[in-house]
Amino acid sequence: MTDPTSLPNSVSQGPDDRGFFGIYGGRFVSETLMPLILDLDAAYRQAKEDPAFHAELADLHKNYVGRQSPLYFAERLTEHLGGAKIYLKREELNHTGSHKINNCLGQILLAKRMGKTRIIAETGAGQHGVATATVCARFGFPCEVYMGATDVERQAPNVFRMNLLGGVVHPVTAGAGTLKDAMNEALRDWVTNVEDTYYIIGTAAGPHPYPMMVRDFQSIIGQEVKEQIMAAEGRLPDMLCACLGGGSNAIGLFHPFLEDKDVQIVGVEAAGYGLDTDKHCASLNAGKPGVLHGNRTYLLQDPDGQILEGHSISAGLDYPGIGPEHSYLRDTGRVEYVSATDTEALEAFQLLCLTEGIIPALESSHAIAEVIKRAPTMDKDQIIVVNLSGRGDKDVNTVSKFLGKGSLAE
Amino acid sequence: MEKTRIDTRFAACKAENRAALVGFITAGDPDLDTSLEIFKALPKAGVDVIELGMPFSDPMAEGVPIQLATQRALAGGHTMAKTFDMVRAFRKEDNETPIILMGYYNPIYIRDPKVFVKDAREAGVDGLIVVDVPPEHDDELCLPARDAGVNFIRLATPTTDEKRLPKVLANTSGFVYYVSVTGITGTGALDADKVAIAVKRIKEHTELPVAVGFGVKTPEQAEAVGRNADGVVVGSVLVNAIRDSLDGEGKATEKTVAAVTDIVKGLAEGCKRAKA
Ligand SMILES: Cc1ncc(COP(=O)(O)O)c(C=O)c1O
Repeated sequence: MTDPTSLPNSVSQGPDDRGFFGIYGGRFVSETLMPLILDLDAAYRQAKEDPAFHAELADLHKNYVGRQSPLYFAERLTEHLGGAKIYLKREELNHTGSHKINNCLGQILLAKRMGKTRIIAETGAGQHGVATATVCARFGFPCEVYMGATDVERQAPNVFRMNLLGGVVHPVTAGAGTLKDAMNEALRDWVTNVEDTYYIIGTAAGPHPYPMMVRDFQSIIGQEVKEQIMAAEGRLPDMLCACLGGGSNAIGLFHPFLEDKDVQIVGVEAAGYGLDTDKHCASLNAGKPGVLHGNRTYLLQDPDGQILEGHSISAGLDYPGIGPEHSYLRDTGRVEYVSATDTEALEAFQLLCLTEGIIPALESSHAIAEVIKRAPTMDKDQIIVVNLSGRGDKDVNTVSKFLGKGSLAE
Repeated sequence: MEKTRIDTRFAACKAENRAALVGFITAGDPDLDTSLEIFKALPKAGVDVIELGMPFSDPMAEGVPIQLATQRALAGGHTMAKTFDMVRAFRKEDNETPIILMGYYNPIYIRDPKVFVKDAREAGVDGLIVVDVPPEHDDELCLPARDAGVNFIRLATPTTDEKRLPKVLANTSGFVYYVSVTGITGTGALDADKVAIAVKRIKEHTELPVAVGFGVKTPEQAEAVGRNADGVVVGSVLVNAIRDSLDGEGKATEKTVAAVTDIVKGLAEGCKRAKA
């Protein structure tokens, strides 16, 4: 592990050719998938150099997604907390309601370039599944989404949305039936259908080049924030904050700021019932380095190397791993990783509803929860930018159950 | 590297004019005692080389049969230490049958790969098959294994093209495991003609024996595959036999061991006929 005091001069240059960020990342996949991963790497590198690829993506961002997403000054939340100025990066206003579409558009264009004819994906909260089904409909691809059976139940509205968009949802009953199991099943599909299938991974994790590629597609978030905050405030923010499932919305916001050493960066993991219980998803805070789903990264695991099931009130954070770049940023000390419990997230969820008239996703509510802790301790002229990664319509049933108001469907 | 029991056994099978039967079971399935009993009974029933699965919570390359076997073992509290115990117990009675540990990288990584290969070697393990460590990461486990005197057996697959094959073979020892289908264990139907072509192709690049697995279920398939290959690997059909022998509560019965050895006997006959 790297000593945090020996912070490298540059922490944003990774990964290397083998897909490593420090010791994290890599390509830990079976031989059957290895040639596919190498093909994908080559195709992505080509696309990255091709102005036509970027032009098509930019057009879709503007006219299909509705980018750029606003950077909104949350005046009443700021007043309520009585400290730093809080800006919300409004990714929840994107078409499909979260940041996930940024990545899906990039990858579907790549799939098209590679001549693939069938798309698969894994999903937790269903936001990535919905975004994948959306781009598949838009580009005329058949779409199959693996989703843990537990998540199918707690994110029912998103299952229906995927179906409306022509996506076929496969409930996965193995394990606890959440995101990790869905990812196993998607990998099993891919290894069986190597010729025609493109696997759109939904977060900045998996074998190289996925963590890099997904980060690149999500970095539009941080790039826009940089421009927008300069326009609004004439300076960079003091702090960035985002929630972490696999880490894609966070790395998208963080990456363009990694070399700006005066910008404090905070990632928020799901602490579930609390880090002192075994019901949480805080791999960076409570896990150990290991290898799963194609990459080396911090994982929740037992002393024998068996992967543990995570828990979070939010299905999108319910993953026992984390993208490898975050593991690297943790060890180098560039980013601070904290956590928020289910209860704190629920409180943050309600506060944003009442102060700003915005219903946030439960995932994003974890980031808001950290802002609630920090903003009051900061000066009034300091600035926090928090990533509002998704909207909370999908979560209203879950929230009403937890607030003791029964299911809205009943 | 020095000769291992794997090299000796493949040479012996060749001399006896039959394809080697490589049999897979999951360590600790359905419980530690029964698993050890099955393990010990395999050589006499006709298994030449034993693959002992190290259970892992997330067996990404496995189909339902081995997924379930893994779950049975882990539900019974199986650990890596117990897998090593099984190997040591086996070695007290049999110092010739090669043992290969098969599984995924994480339970090895957490113990430190160098420590793991040393412990494995001392327990009496001859080879490793670790699905998720490709040649691109040979420095992680393959080379430490070789240095410790443990064969690292690599999978070649239908997606391993001519250009990539030398890379896959470079640090492989013991034998080459050809995966007959693109897919997970326990599913696809194997095409013996295609397999024959693939085996010939691999043999142009290596002197090592080639064993073929994924999708072999019957003595007839073993015979067909064994005509061109030096070894035939079976797994899902054996763990399915274990599953089918369990009682209503998922516990082993007096039929469990025989359920496996009966199937093995048939497959071993197929391996003999292959070269007859
Ligand atoms: C709205 C929202 N935010 C965050 C996440 C977590 O994923 P990531 O950490 O990749 O951004 C999800 C995942 O489903 C999500 O739906």
